[in-house]
Amino acid sequence: MKKLTNYLSFLLCILLLAAAACPVSAEANADGYDPDTLSYSNSVDWNKFRGTNTSINVYNWGEYIAVDDGEEGAFDVNAAFEELTGITVNYTNFASNEELYAKLKSGGAAYDIIIPSDYMIARLISEGMLEKLNFDNIPNFALIDDNYKNPDYDPTNEYSVPYTWGTVGIVYNTTLVDPEDDVNTWNILWSEKYAKDILMFSNSRDAFAIALKRLGYSFNTTDEAELQAAAESLKEQKLMVQAYVMDEIFDKMGGGEAALAPYYAGDAITMIDDNPDLAWAVPVEGVNLFIDAICIPRGAANKDAAEMYINFLCETLVALKNCEYIGYSTPHAEAYLYLSDDLKSNPIAYPSDEVIQNSETFTALPSDTTRLIDTLWTSILSNTSTNPYLAMILMFVAIVLSLGINVWRRQRKKQKMYESMN
Amino acid sequence: MTSKSKFLAAPYLLWMIIFIVIPLALIVVFAFTTTVYTDLEGNLLSNEEFDELRIEYDNFYDMADNELPYKKQTVFTLTHIMEVSNYVPVLLNSVWLAIIATAICLLIGYPLAYLISRMRYGFQKLMLMMVMLPMWMNFLLRTYAWMTLLERNGWINKLLGLVGIGPFDMINTQGAVVLGMVYNYLPYMILPLYSIMTKIDNRTIEAAQDLGANSLRVFSKVVLPLSMPGVASGITMVFVPSVSTFIISRMLGGGTNMLIGDLIDLQFLGNAYNPNLGSAISLVLLVFILLCMSITNQLNNEDNMDGGMLL
Repeated sequence: MKKLTNYLSFLLCILLLAAAACPVSAEANADGYDPDTLSYSNSVDWNKFRGTNTSINVYNWGEYIAVDDGEEGAFDVNAAFEELTGITVNYTNFASNEELYAKLKSGGAAYDIIIPSDYMIARLISEGMLEKLNFDNIPNFALIDDNYKNPDYDPTNEYSVPYTWGTVGIVYNTTLVDPEDDVNTWNILWSEKYAKDILMFSNSRDAFAIALKRLGYSFNTTDEAELQAAAESLKEQKLMVQAYVMDEIFDKMGGGEAALAPYYAGDAITMIDDNPDLAWAVPVEGVNLFIDAICIPRGAANKDAAEMYINFLCETLVALKNCEYIGYSTPHAEAYLYLSDDLKSNPIAYPSDEVIQNSETFTALPSDTTRLIDTLWTSILSNTSTNPYLAMILMFVAIVLSLGINVWRRQRKKQKMYESMN
Repeated sequence: MTSKSKFLAAPYLLWMIIFIVIPLALIVVFAFTTTVYTDLEGNLLSNEEFDELRIEYDNFYDMADNELPYKKQTVFTLTHIMEVSNYVPVLLNSVWLAIIATAICLLIGYPLAYLISRMRYGFQKLMLMMVMLPMWMNFLLRTYAWMTLLERNGWINKLLGLVGIGPFDMINTQGAVVLGMVYNYLPYMILPLYSIMTKIDNRTIEAAQDLGANSLRVFSKVVLPLSMPGVASGITMVFVPSVSTFIISRMLGGGTNMLIGDLIDLQFLGNAYNPNLGSAISLVLLVFILLCMSITNQLNNEDNMDGGMLL
């Protein structure tokens, strides 16, 4: 659906161009920064790996990098990097931090670059799964806003370089939600009025965060009673939930399938662009401020080339193009200056200080807490019973029955053969 | 059996050992074991203690020179199998939905397969192609297409809206999941049925008619018993993938109707990374499927003594 509208807008664009031949190239914004003047810096020797047949494996979220979609001024980050450095980029997608974690843990795939979120980075660091970065190879790190350096998830900033940030709020469809209702609260996601019109995160950490915040607890609680309470409230909510989704949300909210859904601010901007009926609400209980950052997993084959890629992503031009394409907020101080006035003043991407003050970031949880959340989450999605021997008994009965049936059959067969012989 | 024919079976034997026997053994091992960490004196470490020790080690020691301050051990445990008990309702629900889907496939597939097998040869080819046609399309795409059909603002509801009925909630229900299974696995029911039925000699039917059997008796005494091997393998081929499917329930069931396949997926590629529990669930599912297959085989062997090679 989204792709279709992209093509349609592309066609429309061509028609408009043909009709008016108007210049649509970017202009300088109100602060006088003109993106057209940007080019690559000489911060590192980009040609270091040219001709060495080097390739890197990049593992990123879906729809999370600028690609050439045929629109005016499109910029393809990976293609540009390949052209500039001669390094081949193998680019693949994941849908959730947990999927990334499972892939890394099972050891089946080798990646040079991964872009997880804050809490997952903390978990990967604590489990010794990330390489320390050599910041000599990433001079562009200096361009990152100081507010995003040394974050909670990587306090000494040895493992990660911030890529994007944003908040989690509620995307809602103004034609389906009663204007009388207060959408600026997480409670609306528990409202029976919108039963079966609510979408919910299908990853445990984000889902629990909302439930915990609604009950007035911290996202990062390790208190078992609080987590149990959150799980209970998520079970209650399940009756109201239409579907648990991640990227499917683009289709479902875009097509008016559901009325309310919590999601990430950057994607909300994309959705609202596609479907003007949608709007954004910031719950008063407090929101999650998340940061996605670039890391190198332990054992990466081409660490130097990967660091060059990180440095490339921190080029002002690249960070700007990425930010414009994916709609998430940028931690890159210089790229921010060059943003169009529209985006700069967009309260979804760059919320007010009050919202930021009232936000909380995810930190690393002890592995026992992570395990508890995972168990609770699985039990929310399925329906649980209690007798721990049930599975064993059932399995035993099934084995006995299937053996019994086979023995009985053989017996009958013998008997029949005996009868026919007489 | 000559030694030559044994030699011919060697490639598959090798294949079977590498890709069937060893993985199955691994699943059993995973299901009954767990990984624990101990310090060098052999005392069990809690997760926190282990994390602390590892971080300390990572930060202060050079990897190459120092001995690890902990030991990894794999120990026997029943906890994972016991944990599976929590998910028995999910398992039963999956089995139940798969049974429904299989029954519907049989109801639709049986008459169709019979009709095709009695057609002229040219028509048979054409009809078989029609049955196979959806399978030329990618599985994911077929299921995705049903999503856009069944949605609240989907095509079916739009059409119904034109005549003033609806809209109905079709997607994210168990019915939608069953529909997805039936649509995707119906060819697997029709094809084995057809291949058995096409072997039924018309003369046996005519003989029964000559002896005075009405069409109901012809069906119950001749056609049905002769087609039983096809029924059994059709049921197997629909039931087994249905019971362990995961993408259908996620796309059409909205994640609220979790099936056992989703649960296993969650353990290996999802939130709760726990291959041991995933293996335990797979093992229980395996035993369940074994039971169902034994029952199906029974059905096959009731009247037909030499058709028991299907399991």
